[in-house]
Amino acid sequence: MSKYDSKYLEEKLKRELQTEYVSVTDESDGCGGKFSAVIVSPAFSGKTLLQKHRLVNSTLAEELKEIHAFSQKSYTPEEWEKVKAQ
Amino acid sequence: MNRICQSLRHPRYQILATTAPQSLLTRFLAADAATGAAVDKATMDKLVRTNKVVVFMKGNPQAPRCGFSNAVVQIMRMHGVQYDAHDVLQNESLRQGVKDYTDWPTIPQVFINGEFVGGCDILLQMHQSGDLIEELKKAGIISELLKAEEAKQQDDKAK
Repeated sequence: MSKYDSKYLEEKLKRELQTEYVSVTDESDGCGGKFSAVIVSPAFSGKTLLQKHRLVNSTLAEELKEIHAFSQKSYTPEEWEKVKAQ
Repeated sequence: MNRICQSLRHPRYQILATTAPQSLLTRFLAADAATGAAVDKATMDKLVRTNKVVVFMKGNPQAPRCGFSNAVVQIMRMHGVQYDAHDVLQNESLRQGVKDYTDWPTIPQVFINGEFVGGCDILLQMHQSGDLIEELKKAGIISELLKAEEAKQQDDKAK
């Protein structure tokens, strides 16, 4: 059981990464141990996939100590437009 | 040396890197047996280069012990990749060593040509986008999916 929930994580990502869109889903039946996230932010511009993931990991470094599994898909706004168009 | 040889019989030290040089294995085991500390950077530098593709996972390719490690195994199978797999559940020093080495918090971890590529998430996204085929090609590995695609194109031309 972790003390973090989807809303908290969304708000932190939005604040720290100035996201244009963020959606965090609790996939652990509410116990806060397993989340998946879709994150859209200009902060990802020019970054490789690994760099994007590292940026998110460092933003949530404290929380990830308690979260068992965190899954993410991180896009620049341009990439997100393409994804949505598919 | 006797202590190391005795350690070799302990299940903790079973490693799936079948092609790893013996001297590397000896050194790796010595580091762990002597101090119990995380495997050091110099040893990790060698471990990630024992094959073109190296995976640190929970369990082994025949019996993955977590869904994320299994996902990596399935992706490798789809692409027909031969790789070295290290079961971090057999060795706590290796489990911590690889996390320290990559500054990446989770297992599985995938290396191609000695470079850290990422975990399950990243590998899955690269597989879906086609980037994994390109990365494997750079390493001199032709993905089975690419072969299948090219064979299909040949068939289409023949019609």
